[in-house]
Amino acid sequence: MLARIGLEPGDVEFYAEQLSGILAHIDRLKELDTEAIPPTAQVVEVANTLRDDVPRPGLSQEEALANAPAAVDGFFRVPAIQEEA
Amino acid sequence: MSESANLTELTIKETARLLRLRSFSAAELVTAHVEQIERVDNRVKAFLRFTPELWEKQAEEADRRISRGDLGPLVGIPMAVKDVLCVRGVETTAGSRILSGFKPPYTGTAVSRLFAAGAVMLGVTNCDEFAMGSSTENSAYHPTHNPWDLDRVPGGSSGGSAAAVAAGEAMIALGTDTGGSIRQPAALCGVVGMKPTYGRVSRYGLIAFASSLDQIGPFTRSVEDAAIVLDAMAGHDPLDATSSTRQNDVLRDFDAGVKGMRLGVPREYYDVEGIEPAVKAAIDAAIKSLRDAGAEIVDVTLPHTDYGLAAYYIIAPAECSSNLARFDGVRYGFNQDGQNITESCERTRRKGFGTEVRRRVMLGTYALSSGYYDAYYLKAQKVRTLIKRDFDAAFEKCDAIISATSPTVAFPIGAKTQDPLSMYLCDVLTLGGNLAGLPGISLPCGMTDEVLPVGLQVLAPQWREDVGLRVARAYEVASGVKAGVAPLV
Repeated sequence: MLARIGLEPGDVEFYAEQLSGILAHIDRLKELDTEAIPPTAQVVEVANTLRDDVPRPGLSQEEALANAPAAVDGFFRVPAIQEEA
Repeated sequence: MSESANLTELTIKETARLLRLRSFSAAELVTAHVEQIERVDNRVKAFLRFTPELWEKQAEEADRRISRGDLGPLVGIPMAVKDVLCVRGVETTAGSRILSGFKPPYTGTAVSRLFAAGAVMLGVTNCDEFAMGSSTENSAYHPTHNPWDLDRVPGGSSGGSAAAVAAGEAMIALGTDTGGSIRQPAALCGVVGMKPTYGRVSRYGLIAFASSLDQIGPFTRSVEDAAIVLDAMAGHDPLDATSSTRQNDVLRDFDAGVKGMRLGVPREYYDVEGIEPAVKAAIDAAIKSLRDAGAEIVDVTLPHTDYGLAAYYIIAPAECSSNLARFDGVRYGFNQDGQNITESCERTRRKGFGTEVRRRVMLGTYALSSGYYDAYYLKAQKVRTLIKRDFDAAFEKCDAIISATSPTVAFPIGAKTQDPLSMYLCDVLTLGGNLAGLPGISLPCGMTDEVLPVGLQVLAPQWREDVGLRVARAYEVASGVKAGVAPLV
């Protein structure tokens, strides 16, 4: 549901079986005691990366919209998300 | 011309010399490759699209640079680019239907740097959808065939790039490696493939799969060529905050050999489950060759190897489910309209994503969902720390680690498509390098009796691409095994 991948009848059974097999393999992680182990937040040590806040040219409105399936008046066009009042 | 076949079997180094001697022009070199593509690509299917407008302009410019006396090694070198690297105005789809028609408004840094160095782009190569797969069968367009045996896969996800170089269709190609997607297809196609240290090459302009693991790297037909391409791409980029400012002169001690170096053979990799006898025999011969060349071979251990795949298949899908949330049918390419925005989004993703991508998005969404986060994602990130510590400890005892790249040679098309876990196991020897951020190279170490290539993997400590390339080069010299172009008669 969260993934918004539009499951259809038959999909649930198909994926459920495969994902159960994969999750059964993944379950072996439980064998490890990781109580005192810190999670990897980043794999290479990088200090805070800052740069000067200098404006640089970005995409034009036309370029930004060029790949949109639907655009109108310089905006991305999407179905209405609210009912009319 | 009669030389045409030879022009498509050269390395960068040889080509650069011949271009300066005016043995042929950059334009003729491109023509030879286009002729080779016309001869073999209907069988290999390495490419998705061709870029004649680029190759014409870039070859002309290369010839001008050569006539001005430009000695850059990449001037005029024909290159193929994996379908996940944005090139301005060139349709880039990540092997997916959801990006069909997408023309990036900018060119990514790695490709820009190679263009600036004079490389000539021939086209866009096939890959598993969003780089998820180990056989290139997950492409939404068509499978790619291994040039050494057309009934077999080229590996993946960068299978089109590996096959293009192995078939003489391109001299160099770019790929990306998240769990082995450069090294494994390089091994299966008998070419050199390199994944740099995480942060060595800017990811700006790379369509993201798993951002903490992805790296861009080259496919070539010699170790030296890999070093040359890496050298041209590497370095800090203000547009990718994870790209590093660290320097590494990969060409300086390149030919210094392995005498006195300690090379670690991890027993968990050496005896990995499912390793084919022919692969093991080739690795044994490679170990002997390196020992004869003066290296000290030491036994090392990576005790958490058995947990690597499990950790990887939490972390990579978690990152992918988050990265792929942007494909909602509003901003790019493909769209299927629905009654409302939720329905449009679901329909677009239903028709736009293939089976493997949907599987990983589900897995990742599950692993990140509240109530499961600690048990899966956090746990996997802790195990990642253990895996990285394994490598840290191993590198106390050795300068580099050697193993097979893939437990198997190229397998028949269709052999693993019904069983995702068996496909995932293709990367069991490579994904540790991604989890630990290490540079890794795969280079050819011989052929089986069935004339299928075997790859030797060299892993080096973070930021020590120079060490990995030096070991790989020493093996190449000592063994005399070279990446060749498949005959494709």
